[in-house]
Amino acid sequence: HLATSLPLPSERDHLRPRIDLIVFMIDIKSKYSLKNVEASLAHVDASFFLGKVCFLVTGVGRVNACSIETNTVCKLGEAYCSPVLFCELELEGIRVTTAQRLLRMLQICAGHIPGVSALSFVSLMRNSDDD
Amino acid sequence: MDETVAEYIRRTVLKIPRDEIKTMLQKWGFLSEAQLQTLNFHQIKDNISQEVVQLCEENSADIKQAAVLDIIYNHIYQNKRMWSVYQMKKTGEEWEYFDITDFKKKFKGRLRSALKNVTITFKEYEDNAIWIRVAWGTPYKKPNQYKPSYVVYHSQTPYVFISASVLKSNLPLLCQALIVASNYHDIREMELRSHSLNSLKDIVFKRYSQNFQTYYPKPLQGGNVEPESADIRIVRENRSEKERIHRLNREVFGSGPQPKLEFAQYKLETMFKSDPKMGVLDKKEPFRCLVKFSSPHLLESLKSLAPAGMADAPLSPLLTCIPHKARNYFKIREKKGLFPENFVSP
Repeated sequence: HLATSLPLPSERDHLRPRIDLIVFMIDIKSKYSLKNVEASLAHVDASFFLGKVCFLVTGVGRVNACSIETNTVCKLGEAYCSPVLFCELELEGIRVTTAQRLLRMLQICAGHIPGVSALSFVSLMRNSDDD
Repeated sequence: MDETVAEYIRRTVLKIPRDEIKTMLQKWGFLSEAQLQTLNFHQIKDNISQEVVQLCEENSADIKQAAVLDIIYNHIYQNKRMWSVYQMKKTGEEWEYFDITDFKKKFKGRLRSALKNVTITFKEYEDNAIWIRVAWGTPYKKPNQYKPSYVVYHSQTPYVFISASVLKSNLPLLCQALIVASNYHDIREMELRSHSLNSLKDIVFKRYSQNFQTYYPKPLQGGNVEPESADIRIVRENRSEKERIHRLNREVFGSGPQPKLEFAQYKLETMFKSDPKMGVLDKKEPFRCLVKFSSPHLLESLKSLAPAGMADAPLSPLLTCIPHKARNYFKIREKKGLFPENFVSP
């Protein structure tokens, strides 16, 4: 499901399946995009932050056009205990790899990988600097 | 043939891209078809221009003909120059019949009575546009052919488009000659400038698509709305919001192409509003600030901001009023009164 902001429109509540993973996409070229994500985070139930939320920063290939500092996004990830992925959508190779990573995470969050839960996975994803 | 004329023709031909030289010389019509046949257009431009000058020598070209070639070049490559728009005012409402010969005579007369050394050339085009080229000199120097001013006047309208040369001091004289020749009373510069002459015409002649207040009984299937994704597994949650944005955009910008402007400039003379505890700028003086938006195509990029998710819809009226108000230079001052708000000065 694609949405431009949260909360999701209530008229479609009955059509929606269970949500296993929320990926917040931040365009590093747009401060507006970061503001939008920060505002939407307030509408997410706390239980999602146990491994079912991920931040995806796009547009990192265009170094000249960055409006947001990577530090800001990393701090956001730390604040919400969720991993931050960086990618460049305009390069097909990176796009495919990122999609594969997200798919893998989704499989774990949906419980399709025996022995690995969303929470255990996200603690593996934690930066070693944090300790 | 005068050496300066020869050099001017040579340099003008050098400006033209090689593939266009033949057509432009044909449009010029000064060299006969037979003479044009003798030219080799497959050599380097330096040599082509030398051959053209030689042919012009045979025909004894003078500065008048060379100026016509220059007008033709600038008419085709009009977007290389920066154009400003001027509006003329009449005292009464009577519209006299426009006589082109009378106009030319009065224009030349007015300029020449003030300045002897000027080269004035006219060329009329099918869309009722009169192109005027003026090369300026001084009482002691011959006109500088390399820095002329160009004027485009549509006789049925009060608008004049001027691409002035660097010598701004001649502008008042040019304006005076225009109002005298066209039987107007006054002329003023509009705050509207762009490289695209056609877009300026579109704006002042109101030829661009504007939004009309029409009642649509059913929501339109606008062409701008994203098509249904081919993959049915993708569900778009905010379709109604997207449609609202596209509808608002269509209402503000219309559904046709926008006139091409390169920038919008806002000069702020407003008070700096801050937290009083911060103590910034204690003096009650306006905070002078200049905000400039530039783009290869400003209005199209403003139109695409909300659909691209980069700004909220509706956009600020300061941005969307540009074609309606026919200006892209604004001065914003504080509104004096009980409720200090910003307003746009006329």
